[in-house]
Amino acid sequence: MAGQNCLVTNDWICGEYLRSRSQELTDATVQHIWITAVSVVIGLLVAFPLALLARRSRRIAGPVLGLTTVLYTVPSLAMFSLLLPLFGLSAALVVTGLVLYSLTILVRNILAGLEAVPQEAKDAAKGMGYGPGRLLWEVELPLALPAVMAGFRIATVSTIALTTVGSIVGRGGLGNLIEDALPSFFKAQVLTASVLCVLLAVVADLLLLGVQRLLTPWTRIRTTRDAVGAVAKVKAV
Amino acid sequence: MGVLGEAWTWLTTGANWSGESGAGHRLGEHLYVSGVSLVLACAIALPVALYLGHIGKGGALAVNLSNVGRAIPVFAVLALFMVSPLRNAGYVPTIIALVLFAVPPLLTNAYVGMTEVDRSVAEAARGMGMSGGQLFVRVELPLAYPMIMTGLRSAAVQVIATATIAAMVGQGGLGRIITAGFNTYNTPQVVAGALLVAVLALAVEAVLVGLDRALSPLRRRRTA
Repeated sequence: MAGQNCLVTNDWICGEYLRSRSQELTDATVQHIWITAVSVVIGLLVAFPLALLARRSRRIAGPVLGLTTVLYTVPSLAMFSLLLPLFGLSAALVVTGLVLYSLTILVRNILAGLEAVPQEAKDAAKGMGYGPGRLLWEVELPLALPAVMAGFRIATVSTIALTTVGSIVGRGGLGNLIEDALPSFFKAQVLTASVLCVLLAVVADLLLLGVQRLLTPWTRIRTTRDAVGAVAKVKAV
Repeated sequence: MGVLGEAWTWLTTGANWSGESGAGHRLGEHLYVSGVSLVLACAIALPVALYLGHIGKGGALAVNLSNVGRAIPVFAVLALFMVSPLRNAGYVPTIIALVLFAVPPLLTNAYVGMTEVDRSVAEAARGMGMSGGQLFVRVELPLAYPMIMTGLRSAAVQVIATATIAAMVGQGGLGRIITAGFNTYNTPQVVAGALLVAVLALAVEAVLVGLDRALSPLRRRRTA
């Protein structure tokens, strides 16, 4: 009885809502996940060459870092509205906006990671006859990986939160459910979508942490205290 | 350049600035909401961060909190408030959401600033017979000050940019100019709204930089 009526009485937590709208919830979650995933992957693909360019010369580094920082101060609402004439009401609009936001964090972290590679390691590799490409791929990237992954995790988590704003053009994943529920004060839907959104962020963060540990087995040899200190430093950057 | 020109025309049209939904009133709302949120966030975050930094504990909490903060969807938090009785409380929902959003970066920066104070300097101060309170006020706080101000500046810019999201749940602020323009396919108005937010953020940043220069404890010491 209580289960049936919670939709009528507009309770915060409603089992009946979860049962009857499970398809809607799944669709929104799936949209949320793929918009986030596409955005951060494209963000990484764009940020990487930008970071390499910025590292090559100080003259490029200033404008690249400046531009990505300015992008971050553009309100997300305005960003999505301004991209509308270019893309129309499409997921590409939301993805583009999210890619632009992720660049700020990604470029900074990749750059910081690459710059923290010890000079001795690079010199040793060069002395062994490594060319620039192999040096980057086999020495610098693995050593920069913890910082890169830290940035990737922050970018992913904040992109998951920002995706909700995409509901202004109807492509906001779980944000759409929140927006739809607002006019009728549908509490169960707002709460469920919000909780799912935070859960997604937590799960994504933990998954990426697992990936990072798999990719960098050598960091686990260090004591935990060192690792915490290193993470604290990376995040402070 | 066409859209920018039209946005400029929108901004320089007096009629767009007057009235309840005019840019003047929206700007006031935006400043009020952002300002109150920032002050409250500082009042919550700084004492906690400075105390934890002083006793040198709670590092994991302070660092992880900034990540948790990024995971909070401001839109979802606002929406939750708007379907609860809080919706009748004026600007309160927006302010609470923005405080939640601003506390983590403030706390993390202040904490990191405190822990990066050179331990040998702190040891020397203790060796000179300074008490915990003296050490905090005369050594740690001045040395952590630049980092605290950096956190404050980035929090201020983010709060001002994020306060626009309040418009998505029908709350006031400059975001309303953007949503109103969006709903009427008035791109120049959207651009004008975005420009106003950006100018406000830059102006606040400039004021804080000025304050920083005027108040910086190390700078004063150097000139004296």
